[in-house]
Amino acid sequence: MARITLDHIAHSYKANPQKPTDYALREVHHVWNDGGAYALLGPSGCGKTTLLNIISGLLTPSKGRLLFGDKDVTRLPTEARNIAQVFQFPVIYDTMTVHDNLAFPLRNRGIPESEVERAVKETAEMIGLTAMLKKRAKGLTADEKQKISLGRGVVRSDVNAILFDEPLTVIDPHMKWMLRSQLKHLHKRVGHTMIYVTHDQTEALSFADKVVVMYEGEVVQIGTPADLFEKPKHTFVGYFIGSPGMNVLPAKVAGDKASVGEHEIALRAPYAELSGKTELGIRPEFVKLVHGNDGVPVKVSAVEDIGRYRIVRTRLGAHEVNAVLPEGTPVPAEPRAVFDTSRLNVYLDSHLVEARQ
Amino acid sequence: MNKTWNNKAWFMVLPVFLLVAISAIIPLMTVVNYSVQDTFGNNEFFWNGTDWFVDTLTSERFHAALVRNLSFSLIILAIEIPLGIGISLTIPKKGWGVSVCLVLMALPLLIPWNVVGTIWQVFGRVDIGLLGHTLAALGLDYNYVQDPIDAWATVVAMDVWHWTSLVALLCYAGLSAIPDAYYQAAKIDGASRWAVFRYIQLPKMKRVLTIAVLLRFMDSFMIYTEPFVVTGGGPGNSTTFLSIDLVKMAIGQFDLGPAAAMSIIYFLIILLLSWIFYTVMTNSEGAN
Repeated sequence: MARITLDHIAHSYKANPQKPTDYALREVHHVWNDGGAYALLGPSGCGKTTLLNIISGLLTPSKGRLLFGDKDVTRLPTEARNIAQVFQFPVIYDTMTVHDNLAFPLRNRGIPESEVERAVKETAEMIGLTAMLKKRAKGLTADEKQKISLGRGVVRSDVNAILFDEPLTVIDPHMKWMLRSQLKHLHKRVGHTMIYVTHDQTEALSFADKVVVMYEGEVVQIGTPADLFEKPKHTFVGYFIGSPGMNVLPAKVAGDKASVGEHEIALRAPYAELSGKTELGIRPEFVKLVHGNDGVPVKVSAVEDIGRYRIVRTRLGAHEVNAVLPEGTPVPAEPRAVFDTSRLNVYLDSHLVEARQ
Repeated sequence: MNKTWNNKAWFMVLPVFLLVAISAIIPLMTVVNYSVQDTFGNNEFFWNGTDWFVDTLTSERFHAALVRNLSFSLIILAIEIPLGIGISLTIPKKGWGVSVCLVLMALPLLIPWNVVGTIWQVFGRVDIGLLGHTLAALGLDYNYVQDPIDAWATVVAMDVWHWTSLVALLCYAGLSAIPDAYYQAAKIDGASRWAVFRYIQLPKMKRVLTIAVLLRFMDSFMIYTEPFVVTGGGPGNSTTFLSIDLVKMAIGQFDLGPAAAMSIIYFLIILLLSWIFYTVMTNSEGAN
């Protein structure tokens, strides 16, 4: 187990990167705690797999250093890094039994057989494979195979980190749910540092203590699921996380007032003068639709019933504003949208700006 | 569930059936016809029952040729399969080297069989052949025309040269189908090079290896052209394989009856052995 330090790491697949856009992974500088559960979340091509490959040793970063604990592992090959990885598609040794699959990494390291036996038993019990230890690994279902891959990592008590590369891709939906919660339990129990790559926000938010949101090769925010929800540091985080995502409205900001088109919206505090593209961000959960004179007038374009709540899609001038309505609340005939001022964020060139205190 | 049966569909397979009948079944039936009759020329045939079959099965000449065939197939399988696997493991995975390797290896496969025979016939000659002359110059007593062991060595070497690349290409196809994640997982698990071969590459190659073994077995068991061109079945009868013997009997001696009986037995042996190979190799997989 180890703390992972990403010391000014950047990577480009080009031999001679010039512009920032040449980088598949722009400079990251962060320390990940020992025993933490981290999720790398982002759409395809955002650089999350590049970052994972740098950690696993498949890629050597163009810039920066990678440290496990105090040890520089930037140039070490995968086998010298003492990590484990669960891949997108289950990797098992077909000809071996489940037991031998789990024992394989230990036997390769010349660990005495009595110790191997104990570790395999304990691991199998933890991941719920005790009953099938004697079976051939080949005939198992995808989720059981994926558990074996995971087991081969957990069985080694000294791994620095366990990496997951979209491990639930080939798993049936109802098993996904189970595996996710088992994984969470397992993390609490074994306490390994775990890094989980996914493009699925539900997976990321339910698994991780800290979610690393990536967008176009850049880490745009690292935070707890609550941070990401309440204070998205980037408009991308706002609309990538949450369903529906955050409303982003182009606005002019002057002091403690913002104007969207001809409508004026109050802010919680005055802002310094902002030059660049300014936008307001508000989660649909913090938009209320009321009748009367408060807020700004909107036109309802669609209502989607999701069950426990309804999503009301409205338009404020040319911009779309979504609101989440609790069950049983009617949509007013001439609705006006009221934004919760304390939840209203201001973005400059897509990045969050804080108000002047 | 009631299935609708439309018997008119059988008409669709009629053309294929006719084609197979003309190309395979009818000629085979002539052979069956010959095998149960005797003739003294004049196009007169007499019913002979199963005598030719009994004669063939008890004939020492047939036994000797059969043993030669089995030994030949076993020897070339024992050489070509491991060698082919070994070569396939050394072919690069990407880059310009791939196409160079594949083209070079496909070359022997593109040469007509009698040309392969001629190449080796000349190659092995002591007076003008590069191989024969070199061996003689090195002081080795090599002469495939007179020495049965030398003749066998030449025929085996020729077959290995001709066909190992087929095994290698098949194995290479099997190897290329293994996702990179397996190799990475093996690295992470600290597997040695041997363990990677034993637990990842070999199991994943099993399917193509089954095909390679079957193809090489059937082909080597039916071998005719190359040894016929190189040794003509000699010296003595030392390289007279079943096929060579069969041709001698049918066209040389014009013993149509015995030759027909022999070819049917020959065919059944190949069918039986191929079936055994196939079941053994696929059953061990099913047991997993």
